[in-house]
Amino acid sequence: MNNRTKTFIRNKAIHFILLMLAVAIFSFVLLELSPIDPVNAYLKQAVISPEQRIMLEQYWGVNQPLTTKIWGWLSNLLQGNLGTSLIYRVPVVDVIVERFMASFVLMFFSWIISGFLGFGLGIVAGKNKGGWIDKLVKLYCYILQSAPSFWIGLLILIIFSVELGWFPIGMSVAIGTVSSDATIWQWLARLVLPTLTLSLVGVAPIAMYTRNELVNVLSSDYILFARARGESGWPLIERQALRNILLPALTLQFQNFAELFGGAVLVEQVFSYPGIGQTAVAAGLQSDVTLLLGIVLVSAVFVFVGNLLADVMYFFVDPRIRENEYLDKN
Amino acid sequence: MTKTEENKQGFLNLNLRTKTLLVTVIALIILVSVFLSNFLIDHQAVLTSNFYNINQAPSFEHLFGTDWMGRDMFMRTLLGLGISIGVGAFASVISTVVAILLGVFSSVNTLVDEVVTAIIDLFGSIPHILLIILVSLAFGGGYYGVIMAVGLTHWTPLARVLRAEIKKINTSEYIKLSNEFGKSKLWIAKKHIFPLIISQIIVGVILMFPHAIMHEASISFLGFGLPAHEPAIGIILAESMKYLSMGYWWLAFYPGLSLLLLVLLFDLIGENVHRLLDPQSAQE
Repeated sequence: MNNRTKTFIRNKAIHFILLMLAVAIFSFVLLELSPIDPVNAYLKQAVISPEQRIMLEQYWGVNQPLTTKIWGWLSNLLQGNLGTSLIYRVPVVDVIVERFMASFVLMFFSWIISGFLGFGLGIVAGKNKGGWIDKLVKLYCYILQSAPSFWIGLLILIIFSVELGWFPIGMSVAIGTVSSDATIWQWLARLVLPTLTLSLVGVAPIAMYTRNELVNVLSSDYILFARARGESGWPLIERQALRNILLPALTLQFQNFAELFGGAVLVEQVFSYPGIGQTAVAAGLQSDVTLLLGIVLVSAVFVFVGNLLADVMYFFVDPRIRENEYLDKN
Repeated sequence: MTKTEENKQGFLNLNLRTKTLLVTVIALIILVSVFLSNFLIDHQAVLTSNFYNINQAPSFEHLFGTDWMGRDMFMRTLLGLGISIGVGAFASVISTVVAILLGVFSSVNTLVDEVVTAIIDLFGSIPHILLIILVSLAFGGGYYGVIMAVGLTHWTPLARVLRAEIKKINTSEYIKLSNEFGKSKLWIAKKHIFPLIISQIIVGVILMFPHAIMHEASISFLGFGLPAHEPAIGIILAESMKYLSMGYWWLAFYPGLSLLLLVLLFDLIGENVHRLLDPQSAQE
């Protein structure tokens, strides 16, 4: 491992720790400001005697000063204890692991599909700059970027579930069956529409970026030279232009993790897909503070990993930057 | 002049600048009339149930159809768009103030700059929709919660642009010269920096609108936003989900489409204003 790698890892580790600390404290303070009363959230309007209420308040530490509360939450966090979920009555970690896996599958497939589709469309559009394909792709991107993603989800639900009847509406598992009994096919059938929605929405930024980059590259001098040598058409793009665009496009796709997560929250709500986004909404609506805090932290880790991978791409994979490193040494 | 060039000029014999201006004004008139229509429509009449014509498909009488309480969806959508514009405007004002303050603060010294960068970093590290949920909960939800949440989370792009821009201007020769001449910092800020960033601010505000509107709709859709009796687009769409399986597609299709058009109009205005204010493209 050379010095550069060591510095990179060290800087990233410090950044990660500081950022997570900041996110943990920030989100905690925000929820602390809210008028949510943990005792009321727990009781759900059940009637209890004042003495019992005092006991509950002591149990949750309602009247402790803010610093004590934050300290308690952070020290528990360091031990990997995120508390117990109010609505599911199980440790927050368990809820998050289960739900996040479901969301991860959804986000992973959407990420892959939108990446390939977006890159492909961008290349086709950029190659035919000004043509009808280019205009069509641009229009598509423009509309998809401006449309609320949950509305796209609703339209897809109307078309494929209601009108065509190909897929079930809502509920990731049919009513009356336990989730563990559902076959892999049933599960996949419920995965298709959310993935489709998230992919269609995710295509727009990457296609637009790829298109603009390709247009830039194609107007450069070395492409002109390549054309002068007699190269043209697809081989020209494949040999001269593609490598230059692929890496920044991939980097952008990694940086899109936050958008991906946000999209998943809305799409899961539309299709009642039991992922982390739906859980976050339920936690927020039902004042499950511990669960919501846990999800915020996990989402921040997720976004950080995306940015980290983008940086890794940039620093270690990009041959231009690698070359520079050798130059620096000599 | 060739034939095609003549054709291009044919549109009312206007140059690009006037054309851009015309399109912008038309878009603006549409937006303003949508917003003003809210004050002319009798809310009570629109939102009162009428069980004679429930769940009707779109027709000439009811352009967007009617819902399960017989309310005209076109009118409800119009009211929803008005709410969206209102929330968007208010949120944009808050976000702009925050962005300007932080952008200007960051030029004070490096320590403040680091702090501002860290705050921008923090806001960018949580998925936006979760951040909005957190902030709206912090403000106790409801109308107030939504406006504050949308307003306090959309300033990051503009703040980043302003910070970079001010930094760039501050290192330029004529600012140094102005310093040498003994002008005060305030004078320099007012005479040299402000005129250069004002166009960035205007464009930033207009382009903030679509995001704010979309996030307001999203968060209302999720159930955190406005109370359920308000005719906000997000609430209309959330409500429509219950009736989709019965085939009442118009409940979801038209309100969403209207929102999309609204967002596109704001985008159009933003881009055009940018083109008009930016000296490099204004004279094309």
